[in-house]
Amino acid sequence: MNKINQLFDSPLEQRGTGTPSLPGKLLSLYFCAGCPELNMTADVILTLQRRGISMIEVGIPFSDPLADGPVVQSAGTVALHNGMTLSLLFDQLEAIKQQVTIPLVLMGYLNVVMHYGIEAFFKRCVACGVSGCIIPDLPFKDYMDVVKPIADKYDVRVIMMITPETSAERVRFIDEHTNGFIYMVSSASVTGAQSHFNESKVAYFERINAMNLKNPRMIGFGISNKQTLQSAQANAAGAIIGSKFVTLLNETHNADQAIDQLYEALGK
Amino acid sequence: MENTPTGTQQHAADTQTITPTPTGFYGPFGGAYVPEILYKCVHDLQDAYLPIIRSEEFQREYASLLRDYVGRPSPLYYARRMSEKYGCKLYLKREDLNHTGAHKINNTIGQILLAKKMGKTRIIAETGAGQHGVATATVCALMDMKCEVFMGATDVERQHTNVERMKMLGATVNPVRTGNMTLSDACSQAIRDWCCHPDDTFYIVGSTMGPHPYPDIVAKMQSVISEELKWQLEEKIGRDYPDYLIACVGGGSNAAGTIYHYVDDPRVKIVLAEAGGCGIKSGHTAATIHCGTEGIIHGARTLVMQTDDGQIEEAFTISAGLDYPGIGPMHANLAKQGREQVLAINDDEAIYAGYELTRMEGIIPAIESAHAVAALAKLKFKPTDVVVLTVSGRGDKDVNTYLNNKHMAREYGNF
Repeated sequence: MNKINQLFDSPLEQRGTGTPSLPGKLLSLYFCAGCPELNMTADVILTLQRRGISMIEVGIPFSDPLADGPVVQSAGTVALHNGMTLSLLFDQLEAIKQQVTIPLVLMGYLNVVMHYGIEAFFKRCVACGVSGCIIPDLPFKDYMDVVKPIADKYDVRVIMMITPETSAERVRFIDEHTNGFIYMVSSASVTGAQSHFNESKVAYFERINAMNLKNPRMIGFGISNKQTLQSAQANAAGAIIGSKFVTLLNETHNADQAIDQLYEALGK
Repeated sequence: MENTPTGTQQHAADTQTITPTPTGFYGPFGGAYVPEILYKCVHDLQDAYLPIIRSEEFQREYASLLRDYVGRPSPLYYARRMSEKYGCKLYLKREDLNHTGAHKINNTIGQILLAKKMGKTRIIAETGAGQHGVATATVCALMDMKCEVFMGATDVERQHTNVERMKMLGATVNPVRTGNMTLSDACSQAIRDWCCHPDDTFYIVGSTMGPHPYPDIVAKMQSVISEELKWQLEEKIGRDYPDYLIACVGGGSNAAGTIYHYVDDPRVKIVLAEAGGCGIKSGHTAATIHCGTEGIIHGARTLVMQTDDGQIEEAFTISAGLDYPGIGPMHANLAKQGREQVLAINDDEAIYAGYELTRMEGIIPAIESAHAVAALAKLKFKPTDVVVLTVSGRGDKDVNTYLNNKHMAREYGNF
């Protein structure tokens, strides 16, 4: 069984333990492979797993990210400067495959995946213990016609994003044709700085929650303190933190210390 | 039938046209490869643009502004001395005589009208060298609309005069300090801003690049160039088509405008000049058709200069306006079909051609346009051949570049 599906089928009491999460809720982190250091990937993943993180999004850096937040974009620039490539990332993941028990999700733009070869990409995902991928600029038609048949063949989940502007019809369509989780993001890609979610964000969480979708949802933007974490987790299966963790990892160059500081911030 | 990353399906009839499919494909190229956060902005524009552009009201206002404000039609000038030198009948399409000095304003006038009809109140744009930024700031002043231009911090330093022009026109210039701090980063920042302000903001894109419908919008706005050529040629030579069309190509907007009404006419040969920089084998080039491979840049599937790992490479050329590692998807398709012959013109050839046009016809062309002029020496004409070459812009902005590279000007450099 795919580890992503396993995670969302797991008993509630096992979820999020050891983290500042609400009871029964998942906490997932994003970091960009190759930033701040080229060879940190294995250490970051294994540390996060040890510290109770339920799932990890590993960013594949790209030279021209369309609409990444500034923190994530800068991390990609550093990673490329350090020499990170998709092939190297796969090698790093393959080396720790036996030690990784939580789902890994690769997150990167279509150009890099296409250039690697779509079939080759998914084949290598399986070989390296990757359970899913997020390709933000993959159009739904291309997903359905080309990517999904290959991903299904290799039992790798393709995760789609929705925003407050995504129509209910499109949300239903995404729900029908994916099988992992749905990644809920904000339309405004300003990340990290919010102290609380405003009414319209909360209304968006509640609106999607009320749709009775078959896929679980993860909310991933603007989470940096207790209030935003709990607000997101209360309205979904869990929360994904990106910019805040990337910033801390950059400052500390040490995954354990970054987690300490993150958990402290999320407890407040 | 729409194409997908496998690039296998396409209608034979679509292969040589400049009009995209309803989902924005030109053969295997084009489309809208955008993240979900951009989906609504792009989709709303896809739905809105054709009915507005085709409306009588839009056409009337657009034509009137092009005539009275931009100064169109731009002249079609018979270049006698250059004709003698190259053994053909050379006509220059003088886009350099437009208000603000280049073809760019044809597009910004059209897009700001589109923005107004869509009820938008705020304009954003990206700019590299600043030409598109100035053309956008100009029409925003004209229409009394708030204008924010995103420009890489490196370019802000390099293009001080254009930055001051934009500010003088009332625009806010936002230096972008992410990535390499150049055009690509300015694009990303503009797109982020667009995501954050989907209701009131219109993003004016400067070339035939970006997700569908931008390549089509920009091509349609620039198509006034070839629309005029039809009647101007009829008047001057008694037939409405030339034997050759020549234009420079970076993103591809003036080239798209020049060929728009002639793409399906097999009597017309199309020659485009892309920027070879230091040479296509030098690693310092912007010759995307020669050196690019299929990829995705700024939301469009097209030819892209990229590394083995699928990272987009920086383009190198003496010409800031051709400095783009991608190319408009219609050009990728037409070049692949063999409909466009694309020549790589190196920096030294462009500089020489710029001096040549200056001395022989008294026209200092933009360094971008000088690439098109340099194509003349690489072609063999019959004396009866009618050749139309688009001078996309004037060279006032490039005087320093010309002077600093006198050594490339051969016999013209001695002054």
